[in-house]
Amino acid sequence: MNEGLAADLRSVMSADRVRTNATELGLYRRDASNIEGSAGVVCFPLTTTEVQAAVRTAQRHGVAFVARGAGTGLAGGATPLDHALVIATTKMNRVLSVDAVNRMAWVEPGVLNLDLTRQVSHLGLHFAPDPSSQQSCSIGGNVANNSGGPHCLSDGVTASHVLGLEVVLSDGSVVQFGGEEPEEEGLDLRGAFVGSEGMFGIATKVLVRLTQNAPTVKTMLMDFASVEAGAQTVSAIIAAGMVPAALEMMDQLCVQAVEAYIHAGLPLEAAAVLLVEVAGLAAGVEADAERIVEIGLAHDAGTVRIAKDEAERALLWKGRKTAFGAIARIKPNYYLHDTVVPRRMLPEVLRQVYEIAERHQLLVMNVFHAGDGNLHPLLVFDKREPGVMERVHAAGEEIVRASVAAGGVLSGEHGIGMEKRDFMPMMFAPADLAAQAAMRRGFDPTGLANPYKVLPSAGACGDVQHVPDGAWV
Amino acid sequence: MGVIDLDAFAAEVGAEGPVTIAGLGSRGGAVPGVRTVYAPSGVEWVQPDEMIVCCGAGTPVDELVAVLAEHRQTVALPPGGTVGGALSVGLADVRRLGYGPVRDVLLQARYVSAVGEVVKAGGPTVKNVSGFDLCRLLVGSRGALGFLGEVLLRTRPIAQCSQWFQREASELFEVFSQLHRPVSVLWDGSCAWALLEGHPDDVHAQARGASLSAVDGPPPLPSGSRRSVAPASIVTMQGEFVAEVGVGTVHHAEPWTPPTRSLRVLELARALQHEFDPLGRLNPGIDV
Ligand SMILES: Cc1cc2nc3c(=O)[nH]c(=O)nc-3n(C[C@H](O)[C@H](O)[C@H](O)COP(=O)(O)OP(=O)(O)OC[C@H]3O[C@@H](n4cnc5c(N)ncnc54)[C@H](O)[C@@H]3O)c2cc1C
Repeated sequence: MNEGLAADLRSVMSADRVRTNATELGLYRRDASNIEGSAGVVCFPLTTTEVQAAVRTAQRHGVAFVARGAGTGLAGGATPLDHALVIATTKMNRVLSVDAVNRMAWVEPGVLNLDLTRQVSHLGLHFAPDPSSQQSCSIGGNVANNSGGPHCLSDGVTASHVLGLEVVLSDGSVVQFGGEEPEEEGLDLRGAFVGSEGMFGIATKVLVRLTQNAPTVKTMLMDFASVEAGAQTVSAIIAAGMVPAALEMMDQLCVQAVEAYIHAGLPLEAAAVLLVEVAGLAAGVEADAERIVEIGLAHDAGTVRIAKDEAERALLWKGRKTAFGAIARIKPNYYLHDTVVPRRMLPEVLRQVYEIAERHQLLVMNVFHAGDGNLHPLLVFDKREPGVMERVHAAGEEIVRASVAAGGVLSGEHGIGMEKRDFMPMMFAPADLAAQAAMRRGFDPTGLANPYKVLPSAGACGDVQHVPDGAWV
Repeated sequence: MGVIDLDAFAAEVGAEGPVTIAGLGSRGGAVPGVRTVYAPSGVEWVQPDEMIVCCGAGTPVDELVAVLAEHRQTVALPPGGTVGGALSVGLADVRRLGYGPVRDVLLQARYVSAVGEVVKAGGPTVKNVSGFDLCRLLVGSRGALGFLGEVLLRTRPIAQCSQWFQREASELFEVFSQLHRPVSVLWDGSCAWALLEGHPDDVHAQARGASLSAVDGPPPLPSGSRRSVAPASIVTMQGEFVAEVGVGTVHHAEPWTPPTRSLRVLELARALQHEFDPLGRLNPGIDV
């Protein structure tokens, strides 16, 4: 707690939106990861001006500040360290304007992802990035983490859907990057800001691109006797020149857990199930669906189930989307990983994932964005079991190493945050990391915007292995 | 394999003295009067099933497009010039509405920094959020942060059918809103053009629905200025022009001065430039 800071904040925004009681601070000491820190003060600005005042106040006190959306991040990005000021955007949750003709909207950062889509669906439009957490995550968080989702295979991740930003920089100045005009002069600061995990400033308005809903959608489920056959089907579909709207895979353990939970008639004996969705205009969708079924059968797909109607389509997706809920019935805790590998390496890396989990006596389930090669190994466990957390972390690190060794990357959508900060050297040489630190210094020379994240040497403060007091991974 | 020698390129850029980089000179070329280097050229590999290509930044875009066409794929870069030039300028051609901006194409870059070191930005997969998005900062930076050497680009499948259409249209948004994800819609104040791609039946059904007739290609683009305006304001555009509907790029016969950015934004851009090249030796005189 930091009473001096709180008192000053109460002079720039209504006192009831500046909180310091222990219970509340406790709620904000972590995001959806299990990385804990400590919040000094939590405030809830309503306007850009209040965000600006909060940032300036933090600067005056020399206190770090952390932007927080919905706190669903999985990499510790919104975890405050060393009693930082948490600036929560929850109350900045209005859709400000919608241009239905040119398909764009200005929104405040606290608008929830699915709420935005709901508010424009009567116009035949949606916001394309659809993280599995879309009911609860904020657009500001999506921007900061450059979030993705199942339908980002054909439509691209958040970076492709952000046209402009209003940002409060760490010195309290308010700037606009990009905008309705498509070709801003000079450096693409909008592009550089997306994915900056709260370390370049706080987004206070976002101009998003809206996407036309597809007139025809076809969703199908194919099952395979081996994970390899499923993964090869994925590669073959892409190699045939098709980019389906979504290409998701679940392995056997995951399918069994989901089926026990929602009773959708999923094939329990199959080693892998592929959920494929094609969307667009009628003739293209028909032709693609036909070829995808042919490719699946050529790779020995067992059964092919095509959703007859919207209800069945929803049921098939429900299986994919409730995987986490289903898994909670097996063991109380899970650790969700996120790496990307080249599609053709999927069978090999999955084999290693199973082997790693077995060696650490952990249960692993895989439910992932196969079309992007974006793996989500889910380690399930009971943290009351002595020594289990050590095994979970050791297995996690090996999974990340195996993915990078296969020509992949550290994260496909969850970001680096605290979780993978010290893994960055697996992928980047010192000169590469120095360039990223230079970006950070350019945007935030003070180093007070969400420090200690992403950069292993903590860029601005230079302390290599600094894990701040009270933080645990 | 091995057409790209980045170490040799880095040695050529060196660590001292002003230096400029040239492609094919189609987009303004090198800074005059300064020692000139050229990026490595050639396609290193194509992975059609990953939808990724690796090539030297000095590769002509047209050569790259021809190589990809053998795999029935293409890349969303404007034709002409070199890959590095297209990325460094960062301006898309008239297919931006459907193909996306140039900045979405670059997945990974190895560039030579101001101290003559090879630096990697981004990563080798289409989906990647490992660290800050340095690739997006490089696209459009006109060589001021580093000289692109080797790039990994995202490819896209070539559509089965691709056809330009036209119709008279004083009400431009009428055509625009009738089409599902057109690749391009252009308007000159009285006539609209659309590029539609996909399954031939869909392409022709769409065209019929919007009363469009097939034509050979887009209209010639006036070259007095390339303007960037809010797409909603295209309706009020005066003079001789061709506007990209839904995007806001306007090809106009008359010259134009772009609005200046706010001082704070300029200061930030210069701070970034200073971080990457404190002595201002890369493409000297270029102001980001
Ligand atoms: C069950 C579950 C499923 C998930 N599925 C997916 C998925 O499919 N795809 C995916 O990509 N992610 C997924 N996530 C992760 C998470 O939901 C996303 O990263 C999401 O975008 C975070 O949004 P948030 O509002 O919760 O952000 P927070 O967790 O509050 O913050 C995330 C980061 O953004 C910064 N930030 C927040 N707001 C701003 C702002 N206005 N300006 C600047 N920085 C800001 C924070 O400082 C922090 O670094 C999942 C999470 C859960 C719990």
